[in-house]
Amino acid sequence: MEQTAPSAPQRVVKARRTVAQNIWRTLKKAPYSAWFGMIVIALYIFVALFAPWIAPYGEAEIVSQVPFDVWSWTHWLGTDQLGRDMFTRLLYGARNTLGIALATTLLAFAIGGGLGIIASIFRGWIDQLLSRAVDTLMAIPQLIFALILLSIFGSSVQNLIIIIAVLDSTRVFRLARSVAMNVVVMDYVEAAKLRGEKLGWILFKEVLPNIMPTMIAEFGLRFCFVFLTISALSFLGLGIQPPTADWGSMVRENATLITYNDITPLIPAGAIALLTVAVNFVVDWFLHKTSGLRDEK
Amino acid sequence: MKSERTKGEVLLEIRDLKIEGQSDDVWHEIVKGVGLTLRRGEVLGLIGESGAGKSTIGLAAMGFARPGCRITGGSIVFDGMDLRKASEEERRALRGSRIAYVAQSAAASFNPAHRIIDQTVETAVGHDVRPRNEAEADAKDLYTRLKLPNPATIGNRYPHQVSGGQLQRAMTAMAMSCRPDLIIFDEPTTALDVTTQVDVLAAMRDIVEQFNTAAIYITHDLAVVAQMAHRIMVLRHGKLVEEAPTREMLTQPKEAYTKTLWAVRSLAMPERTAKDVVLRIHDVDATYGGVIKVLENVTVQVPRGRTVAVVGESGSGKSTLARVITGLLPPKKGEVYFNGKPLPRALKDRDKETLRRVQMIYQSADTALNPRQRVRDVIGRPLEFYLGLKGQERDRKVVELLEQIELSEDLIDRFPGELSGGQKQRICIARALAADPELIICDEVTSALDQIVQEGILKLLLKLQKETNVSYLFITHDIATVRAIADEIVVMYQGRVVQQGLKTEVLSPPHPAYTELLLSSVPQMDPDWLTHLLEKRAAAKAKVKA
Repeated sequence: MEQTAPSAPQRVVKARRTVAQNIWRTLKKAPYSAWFGMIVIALYIFVALFAPWIAPYGEAEIVSQVPFDVWSWTHWLGTDQLGRDMFTRLLYGARNTLGIALATTLLAFAIGGGLGIIASIFRGWIDQLLSRAVDTLMAIPQLIFALILLSIFGSSVQNLIIIIAVLDSTRVFRLARSVAMNVVVMDYVEAAKLRGEKLGWILFKEVLPNIMPTMIAEFGLRFCFVFLTISALSFLGLGIQPPTADWGSMVRENATLITYNDITPLIPAGAIALLTVAVNFVVDWFLHKTSGLRDEK
Repeated sequence: MKSERTKGEVLLEIRDLKIEGQSDDVWHEIVKGVGLTLRRGEVLGLIGESGAGKSTIGLAAMGFARPGCRITGGSIVFDGMDLRKASEEERRALRGSRIAYVAQSAAASFNPAHRIIDQTVETAVGHDVRPRNEAEADAKDLYTRLKLPNPATIGNRYPHQVSGGQLQRAMTAMAMSCRPDLIIFDEPTTALDVTTQVDVLAAMRDIVEQFNTAAIYITHDLAVVAQMAHRIMVLRHGKLVEEAPTREMLTQPKEAYTKTLWAVRSLAMPERTAKDVVLRIHDVDATYGGVIKVLENVTVQVPRGRTVAVVGESGSGKSTLARVITGLLPPKKGEVYFNGKPLPRALKDRDKETLRRVQMIYQSADTALNPRQRVRDVIGRPLEFYLGLKGQERDRKVVELLEQIELSEDLIDRFPGELSGGQKQRICIARALAADPELIICDEVTSALDQIVQEGILKLLLKLQKETNVSYLFITHDIATVRAIADEIVVMYQGRVVQQGLKTEVLSPPHPAYTELLLSSVPQMDPDWLTHLLEKRAAAKAKVKA
């Protein structure tokens, strides 16, 4: 491109502006609750990524002869029923639960979001078919359905991700479809059709950017629900299987300690709760930001 | 009579009003010290382009500021009571009962879930002005005075069951239900067809006179306000430009800006003829869902490098015609010929080259531009898609097009939300132009814009036609626009072509009945126009009866 420059007096049109500074400006104006949420999420991500380096022991390493040991300097949160270090398993739990929940949510959005937009673009029988199929899936109680499917196919991590993603994609589908419905009637979508654009362009360039704020907000909430579902399934024994550390099963395996006045099983439960609250703070702020609503003064 | 009404007791006095609005967390002054005096029974017209602060002042007369706005200075004295110092309770007692408001879109202001009469009497009953049964009888009386059809039963309908013009009159009845001292009309006829506008204007003028109600009439159309108001104030950028009694304002405007308010009316282009036909629509029928016939035996020709204006009220099938040409609605019968060859009926059967030749510009640039695409991408996409331009080559062409539509290169990375209404419509024109088309369909492209902006857009379209010899099919309901741009006119009514021909032929009498109605309904810059028109129509009706 540079070789052509001297031959003609063609001006070089200035390049696009960067968005990094805009993001920083927006962040500076974020309320405390959002900052709290973002810091907590960052901490969780840090722990999830670096668990093997931070944790004092191995994930499934039996480090003590004493099961259900009390808190001490060697084992900060005591040990579990097999004598594994609770603190270590708490850190590894972040990695497993978060990673699986993230993968599941992403998959749910790819399936549900994609089909939802397609249904809104084509309408007619495609929309009817997809919508009724989704209604049918949603009619069955989600947790029980997941339990049935997991006991049929076996509870491996892949099955867990696929089953929960498919079940959750029904909700994403409904949202994506209804939001996209308001976008596909816009003149710019018609203009793109008149131009002769293909489905891919209309889906990714015309519709998707306009429903993105809602979808991102839903992503945060959906992530919480997936996360809770996985924890619930693990608590019931059909989720993430031992010896993989996971917060839901940690609560289940150590639940009896509550009767001995020991709050250790509440800590993984608290970790779940804290993350849910943090994600919701950020989502709230984001929704407020993109809705364009002003505070009345 | 008009002079009497300007001498009565002062009802509303606004002094040095200052209002600020918030955008991007910064407060800007949007009304900069405006004062006005309104006497009992007087009608004051507020006029100006969008953003002049008309509506904001109208709402401030009720002591109200929209969310994101705040009143920062001045006084608003209504009948001896300073609304700025009054408590919210006191102001609420006034609103609806002594000061009423009629909004632009009646359809958006009525609750679709309740019957019209329930909503009409709501304020009167709510303010304990009169009991429910009396209020209903009164509402029916008001419907009669406003000349609504079947006044005894129309209230039992739901808002979607009556026409836009009727709904706007029902809203006036609602405002009147407490016999307020002051009514604020905020662009009440802007969304209506010219033919309906006449009836609504006549009804509103009548009822305001009958009850000696004072009114503030907000509009951007000087010809409309001339029929209603005794006195007119011209506003711009939140400041008063000029204030004068209506007749004086029309005959001797003092400020140059006031004259630009009828800018489009001063444009007139001599018609040109051409032999070479670019588009020929032959005997087309079109239906929605195969049942409702929206076009019947429509035949229209567009000469190359010329402009054909399609006029008619809403529902006449103008926009459907555009959908047939673009292939969005395949015709049931008939053919569309482009450069002498029949066009494939459906959009999906047309190739890229065919699509490129016919481009479309929409009425509302707000919905025609993707809010998440920058100007660079909006204009660049057709260049990329049809002509295969990429990178710097594409961007250079985008800048060229921006120059052609008289916009600065600096706008290239803006989002549509960061542009003004006129700029957005120019971007839409550039997008159409980027494809280097032979025909551009313009669907009401100027009707959402201010007069002065309209003038700019129309001039630009004419300039572009001269440069590129492109043809326009110009769909509009505004006769002033037709005068400014068209070579030929097609008049449509209920899906049929009523009349077509060269501009001078269609605009000069004798007219077919519908063309006559349409042309006579266009408000003129004459304060007596409405009175004369109504007299003429009444006389004609009496003649038919005799």
